[in-house]
Amino acid sequence: MFNLTHLLRGSFSHGIHPPENKHFTEAKPIERLPFPAQLVLPLSMHAGKPSVPLVRKGQEVVRGEPIARADGFVSVPLHAPATGVISDIRLMPSARGPRVMSMILDVYPGDPQEILYGAPVDVEAMSPKEIVQAVQDTGLVGLGGAAFPTHVKLTVPGGCSIDTVLINGCECEPFLTTDHRLMVEQAADLVKGTRILMKVLGASRAIIGTETNKMDAVAAIQKVLQPNDTVSVKAVPTKYPQGAEKMLAMALTGREIPSGSFPSSVGLGVFNVATTAQMGQLMPMRRGVIERVVTVTGPGVQRPGNYIVPIGTPIRWLLKRCGFEGPAGHLIMGGPMMGGTVSSLDTPITKGCGGLLVLSEHQLTSEEQMKRYPCISCGACVDACPMHLNPCELGRLAYKGQYEPMAETYHLNDCFECGSCSYVCPAAIPLVQYFRIAKSSNRERVAKAS
Amino acid sequence: MSDPVHLKTSPHLRGAHSVDKIMRHVVYALMPICLFSVVQFGLSALVLILTCTAVCVGTEHVACRMGSRPTTVGDWSAVITGVLLGLILPPSFPLWMAAVASVVSIGIGKLFFGGLGFNVFNPALVGRAFAQAAFTVPITTWTPAMAHARFKEFIPSTFTFPFATPPDLRPWMEQLHIDGFTGATPLALMKFDYVDTESAKLFVGTVAGSAGETSSMLILICGLYLAYRRMLNWKIVASVLASAAIFSWIFWMKDPTIYPTPLFTLTSGGLMIGAVFMATDMVSSPVTPVGVLVYGSIIGLVTVMIRLFGGLNEGVMYAILLANAATPLINNLTQPRIYGAVRKKKEAKA
Repeated sequence: MFNLTHLLRGSFSHGIHPPENKHFTEAKPIERLPFPAQLVLPLSMHAGKPSVPLVRKGQEVVRGEPIARADGFVSVPLHAPATGVISDIRLMPSARGPRVMSMILDVYPGDPQEILYGAPVDVEAMSPKEIVQAVQDTGLVGLGGAAFPTHVKLTVPGGCSIDTVLINGCECEPFLTTDHRLMVEQAADLVKGTRILMKVLGASRAIIGTETNKMDAVAAIQKVLQPNDTVSVKAVPTKYPQGAEKMLAMALTGREIPSGSFPSSVGLGVFNVATTAQMGQLMPMRRGVIERVVTVTGPGVQRPGNYIVPIGTPIRWLLKRCGFEGPAGHLIMGGPMMGGTVSSLDTPITKGCGGLLVLSEHQLTSEEQMKRYPCISCGACVDACPMHLNPCELGRLAYKGQYEPMAETYHLNDCFECGSCSYVCPAAIPLVQYFRIAKSSNRERVAKAS
Repeated sequence: MSDPVHLKTSPHLRGAHSVDKIMRHVVYALMPICLFSVVQFGLSALVLILTCTAVCVGTEHVACRMGSRPTTVGDWSAVITGVLLGLILPPSFPLWMAAVASVVSIGIGKLFFGGLGFNVFNPALVGRAFAQAAFTVPITTWTPAMAHARFKEFIPSTFTFPFATPPDLRPWMEQLHIDGFTGATPLALMKFDYVDTESAKLFVGTVAGSAGETSSMLILICGLYLAYRRMLNWKIVASVLASAAIFSWIFWMKDPTIYPTPLFTLTSGGLMIGAVFMATDMVSSPVTPVGVLVYGSIIGLVTVMIRLFGGLNEGVMYAILLANAATPLINNLTQPRIYGAVRKKKEAKA
């Protein structure tokens, strides 16, 4: 098979163009909301081992104070997002479904909420190893949604060396504008964070990648860059899923990350803009992640916007502040293409949650579009899949329950569930949903066998 | 504010196309061709297309009811089959035979395989192949285009009594007094008498032939509309036409006196309607990017081979049916190279 990848530099092949719907919030500056009365802080809002509480029930905490420590290397600490008292540590609903152990923090209403913790350090004088430790101490995880501890990504596996740092500001999900506003308003922090990343990884250049629908962000970042800077900013064509790590690596550098490998295997380190901006803001001050920007949007929200809220803010409170009174519909954490629905309004905003989207049933999808038909082999999914898989054949196999050949012959495990195939399918076949079932069934079988 | 109860997994958005919408637009795209067919061949073409469509839709509906399943006529695919079948039969084709061919199209071509999405062959072509085998004389009886009384009277064979042999059309055609019409299509003239027909005439379509296959220009325009709406894979059309042109060019270069020009190959017979509306049938064509090119090339090649060296003067139908049969194999052999594919050899070494 011939390979056209080198011709496609500047973008990736395939992908889709869903309606962007960013007009609700893209021009709205980031706004700080008052503190909610109560915060819910799950001990495992990141990938890896849950944090271990450092405080007991009834203890008073100050904003910015570490309240839970990392349990091992693939874990992060947790900081108090507000001054108040830990009223309880109990099971609470989480975005993923199961109830998880969470700290309940009752916020003191009259408190000025000053951040007293942290002491500035000279990043220039620190060794890469010290920086990795300092990043872990900030409790920083991938704020784009994966919530994977950032310091782990800073430890490059042996045999790999990283020459280029990619900062992912594509935000290709419809509706979401968090990263967009961050790039416009916190460009200085973003570039500062980028330079820290370059230093610790030993990279000689960094590219901040965004899409052509965010040219104001490009202009804002260019203002803080020096002439002939090793950091550059580039806008690539607006297309979903441009923000996927593998697609962005292809678009910005023409490099293809091999199946089953990390970006480091081709000399790349990829980080989200929100993560990088927080790193530039917090790490030199030795502070922890206590708040984040969330886009609250959707046709049912009266005051959509980009809000900065403490970690642990219950979405019930946040939606009320934004003028959403119901009726309850789909409540999506993250974007409409890859985000999950939440079952309870008591679910808190966690570190990895950049968007809260309210869609009522069939608000964006008509009855006609939802009608199921058998697969007519139109090949639309094949032309949409950014990984160049064959979702058509995968879907047929899944329908027949033949999950093993899906993984062995048709590369099921390379699917990162972007949802492009389900989006384009004229027969409304829930392809990605089938693939998730197939993957988990395969995992179970492998686990049983070993 | 009550808690949300609607839980579902991503993606939460859906694209604009649906199966019935695609099928409906294919029917829209076929309408100008039907209109031209009626203008050219008159009332007989009209009742032929209507009969095929009605019988196809009726067969699907009755079969669904017989199987106590909800009827699937709402997906519009039976309408496409019916209209297409009407368009690829000779305008003089007796209606009762057209009805039988329609029942075969839907019944054997589609429903026996499991209905929409499961048929191996293009249903309309299955019906036509059946007619070709069962009704050899009527399906090769051609009437002239633009006969003067075409809007006042039917071609005598149209209303042949069911299960009766249609009347001989020669006396009727003689009283039409059309100069030079020998009751043959341009393809037959070319093949058996080496008589070339003007390309312009073929392109516009004022020649004898099946009810809707004559105007290459109109078919191309309708195809462009569908391709623009992204409801037709233009790569299939392009590869069929390119391969037919290349292979006929090779023979034409060899001996221009007996072999037709590539332009003649492209504009004559059913190649255009076959390439645009039959080969592109989604269900029976491959899905992989390379597969569609292979599939189209096979159709082009086989068409030229049958036309030039076979016993028949037209080969588009069998070429497409043959390629339909090869579709699963083509799909299997042309799996796309995935992003980040690791070569098997490397894996073995590691």
